[in-house]
Amino acid sequence: MSGVRVLVGTRKGAFVLTSDGNRRHWDINGPFFAGWEMYHIKGSPADPNRLYASQCSGWFGQQIQRSNDGGKTWEPVGNQFVYDGVPGTHMWYDGTPHPWEFKRVWHLEPSLTDPDTVYAGVEDAALFRTTDGGKSWQELAGLRCHGTGSKWQPGAGGMGLHTILLDPSNPDRIFIAISAAGTFRTDDAGKTWRPINRGLHSQYIPDPNAEVGHCVHRIALHPSRPEVLFMQKHWDVMRSDDAGDSWHEISGNLPTDFGFVIDVHAHEPDTIYVVPIKSDSEHFVPDGKLRVYRSRTGGNDWEPLAKGLPERDCYVNVLRDAMAVDALDSCGVYFGTTGGQVYASADAGDSWTPIVRDLPAVMSVEVQTLP
Amino acid sequence: MIRVVLPHHLRTLARVGAEVQLDIEGPATQRLVLDALEASYPVLRGTIRDHVTHKRRPFVRFFACLEDLSHESPDAPLPDAVASGAEPFYVIGAIAGG
Repeated sequence: MSGVRVLVGTRKGAFVLTSDGNRRHWDINGPFFAGWEMYHIKGSPADPNRLYASQCSGWFGQQIQRSNDGGKTWEPVGNQFVYDGVPGTHMWYDGTPHPWEFKRVWHLEPSLTDPDTVYAGVEDAALFRTTDGGKSWQELAGLRCHGTGSKWQPGAGGMGLHTILLDPSNPDRIFIAISAAGTFRTDDAGKTWRPINRGLHSQYIPDPNAEVGHCVHRIALHPSRPEVLFMQKHWDVMRSDDAGDSWHEISGNLPTDFGFVIDVHAHEPDTIYVVPIKSDSEHFVPDGKLRVYRSRTGGNDWEPLAKGLPERDCYVNVLRDAMAVDALDSCGVYFGTTGGQVYASADAGDSWTPIVRDLPAVMSVEVQTLP
Repeated sequence: MIRVVLPHHLRTLARVGAEVQLDIEGPATQRLVLDALEASYPVLRGTIRDHVTHKRRPFVRFFACLEDLSHESPDAPLPDAVASGAEPFYVIGAIAGG
């Protein structure tokens, strides 16, 4: 019988949650790497037992951990991330040039076909890749050096490369997103890049329609239709039908279009999920009610999904990497909160149940559907 | 023989106990102690000092013989009591909390 493995990164360790295909009873394993910030954990699509985890600490820096047995045991691999060549500068908070400095790995994206190849999105924003299972990492410097890098400026949360989308129909095409620079695309496997932010409108930057500088929080695609992208921006939920060449707003009837996560149903490319957050000043859900919003029309028409979720006195946030879907039928949807709950829906969002309630603040949730 | 006491998280990472013992050729300095430590436990590379510059990470301190040696030159001789193994060389993570 098929099963599900949920990989949860928290402020104070990692947890692996497992269930059979019914998704009713869950085993909770962890904490792994107790006390460390676990920004992201993700499995290889080519080998579900191969997992990679970003482990970091304000004291002791960055580690990358690898598991070859589905998260039962782990081994540290390479943790050296050195920018290619002379790193140069980006813009600092006060508008002055500031040298690029590696701080941490925000996101790990394993190759769709090779368990030893993984992309890493880091702060200060850059894209790295390993082809030896994490032992060594090389920068794909064409992104940082394509021409706008010197204008990138961190937001209050740091200048992290947080989203990496690999196009399953075209191995040369990768989409990435950076706070607070925007979205970028390569069509030659990472050699050259260009900004793809046309149509984004951000009133918090001097030129609301600038080529770069938009605080993109997350982008998502459905593998069957990779030219269609969905975006949760700092404010606004956006859609592109041309691989990011242009964007249009699909916030529609959302109660607030601020938020962090966005994800796509595993079997319905036009069914998407967001968790509206009150505002950029108040990073919690509106009205004390935790609600996922679902659109079955690719945006604009949204319905609240509240069954099983807190309806009062709830003031949690859901961070950008903390939602994922499984590939079972019907599609399972999962998200984690800053209050330490991980909620699951086995019916595409119609109803929700907490898998676990009292973890440290959840930073990331990924799901593996197991044979 | 040099004795080095590591903070909790680095012990866990390196899978060692509270204290590790290192043999060093020549006069003991911070640099040689850390070189030997990283050679014996490669997972500690980058956790105490930068991979490339070897600059101490900001929230890490070095104590020995009731002194804070963090701001000493990495090539300055360590106290005789550390060099002889009578006293340990402490790697400390800065205190954080309310």
